[in-house]
Amino acid sequence: MTSSSLEEHPAVDDWIRLDADGHVTVLSGKVELGQRISTAVAAIAAAELRVVPERVRVAAVTTGEAPDEGMTSGSNSIEHSGEAVRLAAATARRHLLALAAEALATPADALELADGIVRARGANRSARYHELLPDGRFGIPVDTGIDDPPAALDPVQARRLRARRAEALATGTEVFVQDLVRPGMLHARVVRPPHAHATLVELDRAAAAMEGVHLVREGSFVAVAADDEHAALRAAARVAALARWDPGDGLDAGDVFQRLRDNPRDSLLVVHGTPVDDPIPDPDPPPPDAVVTLEAVYERPYQMHGAIGPSAALAHLRDGHLEVWTHSQGVYPLRQSLAEVLGMAPERVRLTHVPGPGCYGHNGADDAVLDAALVARALPGRPVLLKWSREDEHAFEPYAPAMAVVMRGSVDGQGRIRGWSHDAFSDTHLARPRPGPGGVGPARLLSARWLPDPPPPFVPQPARGNHTGIHRNADPYYDLGPRRVVKHLVRGLPHRTSATRTLGGFANVLAIECFLDELAHGAGLDPLRLRLEHLADPRARTLLERVAQQIGWHGGKGADGTGRGLAFARYKNRQAYVAAAVEVRVDDAAQVHLVRAVLAADAGRIVDADGLASQLEGGFLQAASWTLCEQVIWDSGGITSRDWDGYSILGFDNVPEITVDLVDHPHEPPLGAGEAACGPAGAAIANAVFDATGLRVRRLPITAQALRAAAMA
Amino acid sequence: MSDTPPLTLRVNGEEHALAVDPSTPLVYVLRNALGLTAAKAGCGLEQCGACAVLVDGVSTLSCATPAAAFAGRDIVTCEGLGRPGQPGPVQQAFVEEGAGQCGYCIPGLVVAVTGLLNAHPDPDDAAVRAALAPHLCRCGSHPRVLRAVGRAVKARP
Repeated sequence: MTSSSLEEHPAVDDWIRLDADGHVTVLSGKVELGQRISTAVAAIAAAELRVVPERVRVAAVTTGEAPDEGMTSGSNSIEHSGEAVRLAAATARRHLLALAAEALATPADALELADGIVRARGANRSARYHELLPDGRFGIPVDTGIDDPPAALDPVQARRLRARRAEALATGTEVFVQDLVRPGMLHARVVRPPHAHATLVELDRAAAAMEGVHLVREGSFVAVAADDEHAALRAAARVAALARWDPGDGLDAGDVFQRLRDNPRDSLLVVHGTPVDDPIPDPDPPPPDAVVTLEAVYERPYQMHGAIGPSAALAHLRDGHLEVWTHSQGVYPLRQSLAEVLGMAPERVRLTHVPGPGCYGHNGADDAVLDAALVARALPGRPVLLKWSREDEHAFEPYAPAMAVVMRGSVDGQGRIRGWSHDAFSDTHLARPRPGPGGVGPARLLSARWLPDPPPPFVPQPARGNHTGIHRNADPYYDLGPRRVVKHLVRGLPHRTSATRTLGGFANVLAIECFLDELAHGAGLDPLRLRLEHLADPRARTLLERVAQQIGWHGGKGADGTGRGLAFARYKNRQAYVAAAVEVRVDDAAQVHLVRAVLAADAGRIVDADGLASQLEGGFLQAASWTLCEQVIWDSGGITSRDWDGYSILGFDNVPEITVDLVDHPHEPPLGAGEAACGPAGAAIANAVFDATGLRVRRLPITAQALRAAAMA
Repeated sequence: MSDTPPLTLRVNGEEHALAVDPSTPLVYVLRNALGLTAAKAGCGLEQCGACAVLVDGVSTLSCATPAAAFAGRDIVTCEGLGRPGQPGPVQQAFVEEGAGQCGYCIPGLVVAVTGLLNAHPDPDDAAVRAALAPHLCRCGSHPRVLRAVGRAVKARP
C-alpha cells in the first residue's frame, strides 16, 4: 500500500531521524489537534523500529522541516501520515539490520533487535542504532513494497505512551499558543468592526493615545499592543469606543433557509460521490405500487466551531524574516497565503505549529496569524502574541454553513426504496487559506479585506472531488438502486463559512438517516429492517445489528416520553463505518435528555483503540451539541451570538452514558475515523426524539421551543 | 506601575509580592506575572470554566475578578496539585481515563473536581454534574471526565 504523502516525500529521512542521544525523531506533516495523531505516529514508529516509546519524539510541524502534508483534515492523517511513517520506519529498521550484519559480521537472520540495540544472537557483539548510522541520515528511499505485517506496541508500552500527553494535559503543563512567552513580548488585541462588511470611517489617534500602548492601523484593520496583557485589553476597549465604522449595507437578516432555496446557485449532479457535468434530471415519479411517497427538508443553521480558547498567534519580524507560532491546521498552505498578503517571499516566512484549543475545523487560527503578523510588521523586532477575545471568535470565525437538504423517495409494495432523490443546498465548506490564482489565498484570511489594497473577494467554486464539501456523504452507502443526488453551491449568503468537522457530511447523513426513518414509518416497516434490507456490505450490517442489540431495539415504537433511534454511515463511503443507537427522554418541558448512546465502529486495523474510542465519543458529543443546542443568531447590525450565553453548547448536564464497540480487522488497512461518528449521532438523536414524541423536527437545533412549535403545528 | 504598592498573593503555598495593577483579573496575574499558565483565559465572562483555581479550597473562576480581591486568600492552581511524573490523585485519575483531547479545558476541570471532592468526598451523580456545570469542553471529553471523577473518589484514602 502506498500513501500520497510518500509520493511527495519519498525519502526515509523525510520521516525518520536518528538523534545522537539515542532518540528517534518522527517528522509528520499532520498536526496534533487532540485527535492523538502524534501518539499514533509515535506508536507506529516505536513498534516498527523496536524501541520503547520513550525514545520517540514527534517533532513540531515547522515549515521547511516537516514533510508538507497540506491540511490536517478530512480524517486522512492515519491513512496518509500513519502509513508513511510505518513504511519509513520499517525501511529504516531493515536498513539498520543490514548495516549491523556487516558491522557485527553476523548474518541478518542471526541478529535481534531490542530498544535501539542490534545484538548478534548467542554472541557478545552489539551495536546501537546511532552507532550504525552516526549522522542519523539514512539516505535511502522508503520501500513502499514492504509487506511485513504491521508491528504493534505491547499494551503496557502503548499505555505509557498515551499517559505522556495525558499527564501534560492534566497537570496543566501542555503549552498552547496562548501560553507562549518570549523576551520583550508584546500582548496584542484586535479592535473589530461591528461585522465583517463594515469599514473604518474615523479613529481619533490623539484621543486613542495611551502611554505604553501601540496603536496599529492599516486601512480598516485596527489593533493595539502593550507590554502588559491587561493594559492591551483596556486599550482595545477604549479604541473600540472611539472608532467610528461605516456598516455598509449591514448583514442580510432575512430567512437564510429561504435564501438557500431561492438564491442563485451552481448545481451539479453527483454520481458515485463525484460531481459531473451531466444534465440534472427531475426526480422520478413515484412507482405505481408505491406504499408511501415522501418529500422532506432537513435544515442545519449556521453553527460555530466554538473552541473554548479564542484563537491566537505569536509573530516576530526581524531582519526581514517573519517567524510565526500558530494552531493552524495547515502551516504550509498558510505560509504561502500569508506571504502573499504581506508581499514577502515565502522563504522568509516560517511557521511552527503549537497546540491550540480544539474544535476540529477551520476556526480563527489562520486569521489570527495574519492579525499577529500585521502587528509584528508594524512593530519590527518585538515578538507579538495576539489573542482574539471571546467576542472576536464568536462573531468572526468562519462558521459551518447553514444547509438545507431536500429528500424525496418512495417505498414500493415489496418494501424496496424507489426514486431516491437528494438535493443539498449550502454555501462553501472549503475556505481554508490554501493558496491559488487571483489572490484566492489572501482573500480567505479575514483581515485582508480591511487592508488598504485588499484582494478581490473570495468567490468559491463548486468542489469537484469525491465526497468533498457540500456533497460529502450525499450519495448514500445503501443499495437503493438508481438515485438522484445534486449539490447546490448557493451564492449571496450572509456569513463567511468554512470547514467544520465532516463538512457537508453531517447534514447529508442527518437527512438520509432521518428520511429512511420517515419512509419506514410511512410504510409501516421497522427502520432497522428497512436499513438492513438495503445494505449489502456485511461490515456495515454487523455494526447496525450490534448497536440495535445493545440499545434494546424495539422496532421503533417508543414508550411515552422515552425513545430510541439509530443511524449508520460510512464516512465518505470509504473511510470508517459507524452505527449509532441512542435512547432519549423528553420531559414535560419538552427538553431532550440524552440517556444512553451506543456507537459501533469499524475503522479497519485499529492503531490506538483508546484514541479511536475517544474520537468517536467526542464526535458523538459535538454532533449532539449541534443537534440539540447550537445556532448562530444575527441581525443587520452584526452577530448577536457573542458569548456562551448567546450561543450555547452541550454541557455536562446532558452527557449520556456512551458505550463504544470497536470491530478490529487486523489485516485490513486503517480507516480514518475522526469525523465518522458525527452524522450517525445527529440522526440517531433526531430519530429517538421522534420515537419518544411522535414529533419530527427537521430544522436543528431540536430545542424545547422547536419541539413545542412542532407539537402546535 | 512603580508607584503602585505591591499586591501580595499566596499561590501554591508561596507568598508573592507583585507590582501589578490590582484591578487586573487574577487569571492574567497568575499567567503573566507568575508564569502559571494552567489556568486559561477562555471567555473573560465566567462562562466557560477554563480559568478555575482553588481559593481556600473552593473552585473559583479567575477571569473576571480583580486580583486584589484575592489578597489574604489561599490560591491553588492546577500546577499546585501535582506535576508530570508526580501527578496529584485527581490528575492521575484524568490520566488513567485519558480525559482530554485538545486539553484546553482540562486544568479547569481538574480544579473543579478537586474542589468538589474537598467538599464532598463521595458525591452523587447530581453533585458531580452540578460541580462541572460551569465548565465547557468542545472536544467531547465529558464521559472520560465523569469516569475520572469516579476513579478519583475510589482512589481516596
